[in-house]
Amino acid sequence: MINADIQTVMPELVLAVFAMLALLGAVYTGKDKVARLLVWATAAVMLALALWIGTNDAGANSAFAGSFTDDAFSRFAKVAILISGAAVMLAGRATMERRGLLRFEYPVLIALASVGMMVMVSAGDLMVLYMGLELQSLSLYVIAALNRDSTKSSEAGLKYFVLGALSSGLLLYGASLSYGYAGTTLFSGIITSVNDGHVGMGLLIGLAFVVAGLAFKVSAVPFHMWTPDVYEGSPTPITAFFATAPKLAAMGLLARVLFDAFGGAIADWQQILGLLAVLSMFLGAVAAIGQKNIKRLMAYSSIAHMGFALLGLAAGTVFGVQSMLVYMAIYLTMNVGTFAFIMSMERDGKPITDISSLNLYARTEPLKALAMLVLLFSLAGVPPMVGFFGKFYVLKAAVEAGLTWLAVAGVIASVIGAFYYLRIVYFMYFGEENDGVETNMSPAAWVALVGSAAIMILGVVNLLGIEGAAATAAAALVN
Amino acid sequence: MSVADFAFYAFGFIILVSGLMTVASKNPVHSVLWLIATFLGATGLFVLLGAEFLAMLLMIVYVGAVAVLFLFVVMMLDVDFATLKGGLAEYLPIGLLIGVILLMELGMIFGVWQFADGAEAARAAITPNIGEIHNTAALGQIIFDDYILIFQLSGLILLVAMIGAIVLTMRHRPNIKRQNVVAQMHRDPAKAMELKDIKPGQGL
Repeated sequence: MINADIQTVMPELVLAVFAMLALLGAVYTGKDKVARLLVWATAAVMLALALWIGTNDAGANSAFAGSFTDDAFSRFAKVAILISGAAVMLAGRATMERRGLLRFEYPVLIALASVGMMVMVSAGDLMVLYMGLELQSLSLYVIAALNRDSTKSSEAGLKYFVLGALSSGLLLYGASLSYGYAGTTLFSGIITSVNDGHVGMGLLIGLAFVVAGLAFKVSAVPFHMWTPDVYEGSPTPITAFFATAPKLAAMGLLARVLFDAFGGAIADWQQILGLLAVLSMFLGAVAAIGQKNIKRLMAYSSIAHMGFALLGLAAGTVFGVQSMLVYMAIYLTMNVGTFAFIMSMERDGKPITDISSLNLYARTEPLKALAMLVLLFSLAGVPPMVGFFGKFYVLKAAVEAGLTWLAVAGVIASVIGAFYYLRIVYFMYFGEENDGVETNMSPAAWVALVGSAAIMILGVVNLLGIEGAAATAAAALVN
Repeated sequence: MSVADFAFYAFGFIILVSGLMTVASKNPVHSVLWLIATFLGATGLFVLLGAEFLAMLLMIVYVGAVAVLFLFVVMMLDVDFATLKGGLAEYLPIGLLIGVILLMELGMIFGVWQFADGAEAARAAITPNIGEIHNTAALGQIIFDDYILIFQLSGLILLVAMIGAIVLTMRHRPNIKRQNVVAQMHRDPAKAMELKDIKPGQGL
């Protein structure tokens, strides 16, 4: 029995053992001198694991007495997490090195955070859920404060830590209530006590607290307060990481809890998610308008995008989950490209994040400006970029599930949100003359920027086949 | 009265008396020592209940670590307990209130344990049959067999906490003297010192 269990968690095991060996190896050899090598090695291991998980078609396995599930849904999420994590790490390597932040613990912590995220999307038990979440969050708190000589970075780490601890508290409170009223922490056990007639009051309160705790992690309004400060304060390559893989992991975890444990109470959590989605979409769209700092702007942008992804989840159908997965995959691709650009922005060797510094950027760097234009249009959801299809799927899922008012609100919010993306494009092409900005990109960052922009156009054909995979994944989750 | 009954009353008496003395004794160091006696009495009660693992845990963690820590704190910090105790009358009502609340909670737990539906079954199922498996072994089976994944993940979390503490606090200062053990061991007394003969009135 234990052999089969270990077989099921093999990818997580490989990554965890790799992280520990890398840590030992780096401590006993060159320390920070081997950091660059370690980044490449970690990215290679993560990509190899993604390939392995992606080509492995093992059906649905559950291990450790049902507390760990390996199915098409978790495999889809794991592949996306590993690829985006590796891409962000490779694209950000040169920037980290220029800022003197490339320490050997950085790739190790990213690898351990990825283990946590992989456990999150596979959780089949409230305790495993919490362990995965904490493993991921704790690693992120540390790398947020990696630039410890900067007060902003330390502030970001501290804020993230304190609010993360608060959200863990909420989550644990909800988990203990769920355990108390269902008599088990296993999702498969909780769902049977939900299906018996109606949901009890205690279980319902437990559900609400668990969702609130997880809403912190996906930074949905009204649990979003930490996002702009943490995004602004952390070093940009690390912000890029925050904006990608952990968001998908938290979304996947939320979907797992809602469908695996509370699948019998869709009508109950639909209202909560609908409210979170509407608030996130509108606050993300409106609050970003006044931002002058591009990292804060991207923080509000990610809040708005999380609102859309929650909209897909709120539909509560197979198609809803599928649209959420497609939306998140597109969101990850766009953000990797956009952040590859943002982290290269500097003037006289110092990082700058002022939006107005992009004035007339297109005159000096037409190709990069064009790639950014495509990415920003896609973020705004302008057809024919792929970002539009993500929004379209989510809205369609909401309408099909009878949540027309949510879909209408989503359309209005995305029109408001388009303004601030287009304003950046306006600055780049028609702005006023000023000091300007230099963007020295490493080849990896250039590939990430231009590559993801190319995907935003080429993907229009068939979304690069992601749709079918998402459909299988959604079917495996909802069944 | 059987031996077990006698032992129960003996331990109970020890707990009550030393608990009272913990609060009443004038010297704070004595208070902590009385507290240790209370813990030891409770350990005895756990053994009587057949919870030998919990008993050893109480002994090692509370007596061995926590109480000793208290002792150090009391001895090292010069806390003026006379003034602290001066506020007794002031805080007596709220202390009594908390005491009453605790008592009521204990009563409720006892009520559920004794009279609720299915209380009989719950009471019977607290521990596995001692003839089949010892409860230390049973606990080990739960932690290291059933929940091995969670156990290992918590190990990883602790590793991350350790890495984090080192990453965020350790600084390599260039201009400080460090001990170099190899250099120290290979030091040659003959070469370490040089004697110079300086004539009076000349200087170096």
